[in-house]
Amino acid sequence: MSTASTSSVATRALRPRDSADVAEIIATHPRALEPIGGGALRGVGHEVDADILALDALAGVVAYEPEELVMTALAGTPLATVERDLAAHAQRLAFEPPDFGALLDNAAPRTIGGVLAANLAGSRRVSAGAARDHFLGCEAVTGRGERFKAGGRVVKNVTGYDVPKVLAGSWGTLAVLTAVTVRVAPLPETERTLVVPSATADDALLVMSAALGSPHDVSAAAFDAERGCVLRMEGFAASVDAREAALARMLRGAWSAESGAAGAPQRLVSARGEIATLGADESRALWAAIGGAVALAPWPVVWRISVPPTDAPRVLAALAPERHLLDWGGGLIWAAFSSVESARVRGAVREGHATLFKAPREARAANAVFHPQPPALALATERLKHAFDPGGRLSPGRLG
Amino acid sequence: MQSAGAYSVQPLWCLIAAMICLPTPDAALVARRAEIVRALRGLVRADNVIDDDVRLAAYETDALTAYRQRPLAVALPESTAEVAAILRYAAREGVKVVPRGAGTSLSGGAIPAADAIVVGLGKFNRILDVDYANRCVVAQSGVTNLAISHAVAAEGFYYAPDPSSQIACTIGGNVAENSGGVHCLKYGLTTNNVLGVELVTPEGDVVRLGGKHLDSGGYDFLGLVVGSEGLLGIVTEVTVRILRRPETARALLIGFDAVESAGACVAAIIAAGITPAGMEMMDAPAIHAAEAFVGVGYPLDVAALLIVELDGPAVEVDLLVGRVATIARANGAKYERASASERERLAFWAGRKAAFPAVGRISPDYYCMDGTIPRRELPRVLGAIAEMSARFRLKVANVFHAGDGNLHPLILYDANVPGELDRAEAFGSEILKLCVDTGGVLTGEHGVGLEKRDLMTYQFEDADLEVQHRIKHAFDPDVRFNPGKVFPTLRRCAEQGREHVHAGRQRFPNLPRF
Repeated sequence: MSTASTSSVATRALRPRDSADVAEIIATHPRALEPIGGGALRGVGHEVDADILALDALAGVVAYEPEELVMTALAGTPLATVERDLAAHAQRLAFEPPDFGALLDNAAPRTIGGVLAANLAGSRRVSAGAARDHFLGCEAVTGRGERFKAGGRVVKNVTGYDVPKVLAGSWGTLAVLTAVTVRVAPLPETERTLVVPSATADDALLVMSAALGSPHDVSAAAFDAERGCVLRMEGFAASVDAREAALARMLRGAWSAESGAAGAPQRLVSARGEIATLGADESRALWAAIGGAVALAPWPVVWRISVPPTDAPRVLAALAPERHLLDWGGGLIWAAFSSVESARVRGAVREGHATLFKAPREARAANAVFHPQPPALALATERLKHAFDPGGRLSPGRLG
Repeated sequence: MQSAGAYSVQPLWCLIAAMICLPTPDAALVARRAEIVRALRGLVRADNVIDDDVRLAAYETDALTAYRQRPLAVALPESTAEVAAILRYAAREGVKVVPRGAGTSLSGGAIPAADAIVVGLGKFNRILDVDYANRCVVAQSGVTNLAISHAVAAEGFYYAPDPSSQIACTIGGNVAENSGGVHCLKYGLTTNNVLGVELVTPEGDVVRLGGKHLDSGGYDFLGLVVGSEGLLGIVTEVTVRILRRPETARALLIGFDAVESAGACVAAIIAAGITPAGMEMMDAPAIHAAEAFVGVGYPLDVAALLIVELDGPAVEVDLLVGRVATIARANGAKYERASASERERLAFWAGRKAAFPAVGRISPDYYCMDGTIPRRELPRVLGAIAEMSARFRLKVANVFHAGDGNLHPLILYDANVPGELDRAEAFGSEILKLCVDTGGVLTGEHGVGLEKRDLMTYQFEDADLEVQHRIKHAFDPDVRFNPGKVFPTLRRCAEQGREHVHAGRQRFPNLPRF
């Protein structure tokens, strides 16, 4: 192992070369450790009083079998490397890991381990699942410094507890991932986005729910007051053509008898606008920006709020943010403010959770960043943490 | 092994038929049976506590019928509050608990223990909320899998995971087992389709994990509970996502001279960026057995038969049927037919879905395995199984969820011929170890349960199992929930035991199994 200064991390960092190093450091290092990949998400959550355990030296794709739809990579492998290798075989990560570089003003590289540890998914979450849904197996080191493996390298596996699920979204507080196996998906031939004028969040909800509940395989649905509703379709070109036409027809109200679909036929497009279409390149750029909440980057405080989609208009009205985006068909609210507004935000969320995703350091220190849990769940959280990391050695306090 | 008064404890904990040990019952608990029954009758309606031998017999096994064990008693609560009251009582008194849905587990997940009470969720049979705008259904955990799809069918929706037992198995059981089905290559397993649960912890606390929103705020306990085989608590309510039913579906029937060609065809379909809704393979013995049973017109002169189903918008399905046919020809298909009608599509499936009972017709007993392998290993694994078949002098028919590498070899034997059962078990064990050796796993969808418990050490190192044990202890510090399942115990008497079916005496003879 070595102690060195990494380019992306300003402070001194321990840089293990392999999983044995990771285990030895965790078992012997006198202070708590903050595991990071490239450090792209260090600005999220409470700051941790710990030395950095930088995993960027654990890099490289270990095995990639396109015809098996699986890839195994060391946890510190840059996401860019993973995505490049996949693209060379016309494949991708279906959960669309979002790039928060602009939002968080942090140019540090993302790693595959970091993406999974944070369980962050982009706009395709609503159709393809979250990072955790594609996380098949791993090798990791517990807070006790013990190396273990969990899950497997095949998609269909019910052998033992699904430990990768609980490591996804644990932000490095339970164990340090050293190698991960992910399920990958074919890259679609093409994609297109329908832009549907919608004046209000209520209108948008109707459009997004109708689109996502249609048989036209809409893979993402978002709303931005400045643009309206955007509905994404991906797949084989002939299929995308047909679905685009059918979805537009449906939204204009010419639908109902032909599809025998749910609900009364309804004119969902407000009278003052027309439906526009974005081609593949424009569509990709648009969804990358939505997934990364780039439009909210100028604001110092940004909340990421997960709610039942139909609850979104009510929550938005209660929040009255300075700028907002709805993604996941309304199930994800990005809300930007000049100040923290913790009581207002958390008070508005009846079901779901609100994360203070971006805020100045002092504001994060003074507020719960992750959604407070009811007592029984808080107890379970404490016990699970203790099961993996009884000495509180891995990013203590990060998830508060 | 002490007898315990009036209650007849079965004398052999190691069940002779399949030689897997149930944990040695705690004699003190068994001796307290009358008191426990009395206490339960104070917590739920008296007639919802079963303690008579006649009615208890219905609960002594699940679909892994080689194992039987009578529990102390069965409680059938009617509300979450009653479940919580039972579990608080059980925690206080140190009583062990075996949760039970419909009892269709193929791995013995719901088999009772002699010193445990069974908590049956049969009365949790209501669908609580159908929410099309949020595309989800909230159901009590005893609702059957198929009932959820039925509840939303009129509006054109369905619940995607479709285990073969879906007319009987419960959604709570699906959560416990992380059930799959023939469509999980495209639509995922239970874990990818469940949004939330209400869980009563072993200590009797009621927690809600997830809900109509996506992803959890803290640790993903929902992801941990799905597939936990009833070891972490009792699920009383489940929120699932529902999908719009695809506009259309078509299937292709493709025959090959060699298993290798069929395997190469499967890989080429995936490599072409096509994700079929289902992709099934049968080998010659399975094809012949199925055709003899249901007569759907399968070709009998092929070594391997693929069923490839495509679903989605009609334009896309027609396009992909053409592409798959082209790929099949390029990989040496000698037989190829695409369904031209819904009736024909269902006929293609009828043979595959009848494969298990068809094999049951040609052999007094069969034995179903459930390993998963990387798809590319298929020719090697089938070759090795053929070699084992000769060595163990037992026939085998292979059916295979080819899309996701989940193999179901059916080992044919006759329990009345001395030595055949032992050979079948040794054969099965060798197959599962081979699955692990090729980079696969012991079980793709049936669960570890009692059946494969003692093989866990073949797939996992001590350190891996230690992590799982610690998770168990975090939820269930006294280790009272579903004792003897999933994890190897210190007392180990054999490594075998699969789903044994003797002379059609299956516990659920009317349930399709595929």
